[in-house]
Amino acid sequence: MDARRAPRTVSDPKVRKVGFFTAPPDRSLSGPPDHRIFSFLTSPPPVVDNSSPSAGNSLSPVMIPPPRHSSANLSPLRRDSAEYFPPSASPTSPASFSDDVAAAAMGRGAVAASSSLPGGLGFDIAALKSAASSVPASGLTTVSVVNNFPIGISEKGGGVAVEMQNDQSTRSKSLKEKTTKAERRALQEAQRAAKAAAKAEGVAASEKKGGDRPQEKDRKKEVPQPRMQYDDKSRVEKAKRRAVVKQTEARNRVELFRHLPQYERGTQLPELESKLFELDPMHPAVYKVGLQYLSGDICGGNARCIAMLQAFQEAIKDYSTPPEKTLARDLTAKIGSYVSFLIECRPLSISMGNAIRFLKNRIAKLPLSLSEMEAKTNLHSDIDRFINEKIILADKVIVKHAVTKISDGDVLLTYGSSSAVEMVLLHAHELGKQFRVVVVDSRPKLEGQLLLRRLVGKGINCTYTHINAISYIMHEVTRVFLGASSVLSNGTVYSRVGTACVAMVAHSFHVPVLVCCEAYKFHERVQLDSICSNELGDPDVISQVRGREDINFLDGSSNSAILQLLNLIYDATPSDYVSMIITDYGMVPPTSVPVIVREYRREHLWI
Amino acid sequence: MPGTQTLVNELVTKLKKRRVEGSQETALLTAELLRSVISQLKVPPTNQAETLIEAVKTVGELLVAANPVELAVGNIVRRVLHIIRDEDFSVATSSAGGDDRETAEENGFRVQTVAAGPPSRSPSLHAILDRTPDSERAHHSSRDGDSFEGKGKSADRNAESWKLKHDVIRAVNELIEDINSCHEQIAEQSVELIHQNEILLTFGRSRTVREFLCAAKEKRRSFRVFVAEGAPKYQGHALAKDLGARGLQTTVITDSAVFAMISRVNKVVVGVHAVMANGGVIGPVGLNMVALAARKHAVPFVVVAGPHKLCPLYPQNPQVLLNEMRCPSELLQDGEFSDCMGVCNGSGNPLLNVVNPAFDYVPPELVSLFITDIGGYNPSFVHRLIADYYSADDLDLQKRTTS
Repeated sequence: MDARRAPRTVSDPKVRKVGFFTAPPDRSLSGPPDHRIFSFLTSPPPVVDNSSPSAGNSLSPVMIPPPRHSSANLSPLRRDSAEYFPPSASPTSPASFSDDVAAAAMGRGAVAASSSLPGGLGFDIAALKSAASSVPASGLTTVSVVNNFPIGISEKGGGVAVEMQNDQSTRSKSLKEKTTKAERRALQEAQRAAKAAAKAEGVAASEKKGGDRPQEKDRKKEVPQPRMQYDDKSRVEKAKRRAVVKQTEARNRVELFRHLPQYERGTQLPELESKLFELDPMHPAVYKVGLQYLSGDICGGNARCIAMLQAFQEAIKDYSTPPEKTLARDLTAKIGSYVSFLIECRPLSISMGNAIRFLKNRIAKLPLSLSEMEAKTNLHSDIDRFINEKIILADKVIVKHAVTKISDGDVLLTYGSSSAVEMVLLHAHELGKQFRVVVVDSRPKLEGQLLLRRLVGKGINCTYTHINAISYIMHEVTRVFLGASSVLSNGTVYSRVGTACVAMVAHSFHVPVLVCCEAYKFHERVQLDSICSNELGDPDVISQVRGREDINFLDGSSNSAILQLLNLIYDATPSDYVSMIITDYGMVPPTSVPVIVREYRREHLWI
Repeated sequence: MPGTQTLVNELVTKLKKRRVEGSQETALLTAELLRSVISQLKVPPTNQAETLIEAVKTVGELLVAANPVELAVGNIVRRVLHIIRDEDFSVATSSAGGDDRETAEENGFRVQTVAAGPPSRSPSLHAILDRTPDSERAHHSSRDGDSFEGKGKSADRNAESWKLKHDVIRAVNELIEDINSCHEQIAEQSVELIHQNEILLTFGRSRTVREFLCAAKEKRRSFRVFVAEGAPKYQGHALAKDLGARGLQTTVITDSAVFAMISRVNKVVVGVHAVMANGGVIGPVGLNMVALAARKHAVPFVVVAGPHKLCPLYPQNPQVLLNEMRCPSELLQDGEFSDCMGVCNGSGNPLLNVVNPAFDYVPPELVSLFITDIGGYNPSFVHRLIADYYSADDLDLQKRTTS
């Protein structure tokens, strides 16, 4: 992995030298695993955030201006590497492409070299840390090291020259600024072509993109990893071997949903309970949350996410770095194992995925100088901040926005039980607005009854009905408020199954549909239907109707090969049915979701 | 007469207490009741048809009032009235023409074709032109008959009165047979509409749908069926079990998952409660949602309906007027919310309302096709079928009888 990734981080020879050779000292300092350093070095967000405006903005018009948290929370290291991109771009003339391959090879060699002699570079980091002005020094050292390699030496000299030059210039104003946009674009194109050519030659990732690099990488990263497809036998087998929970796969699965996990219910819980003391690596708090997911005691996107984060908080509190391991690496692995345990209990929601991404990012970004104790308290407060800012505060903002959309005499319809919508309704009631709520519910979860009870308890005038009566009740409704499990970047609202039906009927009755969703649940994934990605619930709950013993047609014959029961958990509401999405960033149309995903994702990752 | 009265009362109570449900069962019971009413009715020598019509209307009114949303009752009453008018007309013409037996046979044949075959009696200009002199003649002849009877030829009169009643009863029998056998005729068409490897979706439970699907299965088509359970009756479960027992690949889904699944469905096949004259459909609650989802995904929405479901009325606000509320305990368990139920807000309205309608209206523009026992029709053609089945005089059943 290192060998593959390292060259990519160092696209241009000069950059490579700097960006690359500043890394090993890092490792020598606190010794995190190399892949972490690289990912951290090359991770797109910091680089983009800190690259000078010229690099960030001119190259990709869609990029957002650098946010306010400029370089404050970034180590000097990264800033250096970022600042070197602009100069790197300018000297790479098309003529030097021929060197590219060699340079890349050299770069890989350099990885080995540098890792073999970390001590030799130790002085570097001190210089780096002291001030940004020490960068040329690092540059020089890199050259000196690299000079051991026969290839590309001539260019190295040039690189140093450029670096020096760059240092002399005000560092923010790079050479690149002087070139026109068209020139830069041409250069970029040429570089891309070169890269393609290099790849065609079979040379692993020899890029020559200079300032363009972060964006390109960024874009690559933005494409979400394909999820585990459970009809892929080999991967399922692999996953099974790792699994903590022994699950028997449901035998009669609906053909259309082979790609989704479905297990026999009722087998996991007792087994897990019996394993309580055997599951050594699992922290009890995580274990508890997992069991709660499994039994359905905690459900709802926010509740699950908060429970998970708090469990992780506990786990981090009790964590101690084993000897000869680094905190960042070991803890990430640990969190990873927790997460896979939780996935075994119940597939992650998208909001949880985002929260985990945040946490891992925070761990990776922990300043290496911190002691273990400090790092742990840092993470603890980070998680607290995430919960507060992204969930609790976000809900407050959503409530503030949404309440403005409720006026006296309104009849509001809500489906299922959404915590955000509930808060909106309660707040509107507290403000003394006169309105009526229609709670629409559906089998098998009947979550609406809980919401109904709470609303009636607060003295709100409620009407309760089931989803089939939606066209009957929609005549009198003036607004529809819906919660969401996630909002995807094509505007699709991924939510409790039935939401799409409600939104569709509301649309056909020309009733506005307002979706309340915190921005941390937004995701860059896209989805067109409810089949490609979904969650399957326990099919047996379909056959029994609660409180209706007279309905027992399916009792004996449940889930044979010929007669199957399907219990979908989510569905995808097309964006045409959504009038407005109320988030913590304001009220936006569904078409603006990708904007929020793009613009605020970094901020949310880095808080 | 007391015999019929008890029978009528029995059915009325059944209807009132909603013990008979399902349009087919209701239709059959109504037709059988009307048959016995007619057969037990003492027909006066004059105005036989009028008497019969009057009697049927009186009973019909009672039945309709017992369950106004069960449109099949009204449909059958109107059908019987139409039969009486038709028979009266043909008896009159035959008596005028003096060729009893032949016309009787012809009549029988005609009724059959109306009910079963393709609409052979097309509304051609020729038929319309033919009709007017015919009815005039009939009028004449009946007057002739009156004067003839006045002269005291009782044997003839008895034969004639017996003949009208007999014809009517025979026609009603045919109607009952039609209702009983409509499934087979509808099911026969299934192979032309279902192809191999198709995925169908159905909603709730309908005998017609079950027969329709099973007929295709028997013809060795292999296809899958998604059955939406159809809360609050959950009859989809029963349908799914039946289909599974017949070897059809069946999947039960919740009603809320209809939208999610419909993108993979090739056709929606549903049975309905009633078909209105404009081509709209009254169906189990939730059907409109299914139809909208089908429209969104351009999935054909096919309605299978027997002849007794054709209602000659045009719907006015059917969501409210042709609907009824079922027991709230179907949604909230008894006692579960009992503490909230009594709570009132300041203005005296209860804080918690539970809405549990039984029916749903699907407008004609969402219906792709009707499969009836006499073939497939567009929603726009339904009014034409209705003109074949019902006489225009009977459309306002209640008003006429009350006035």
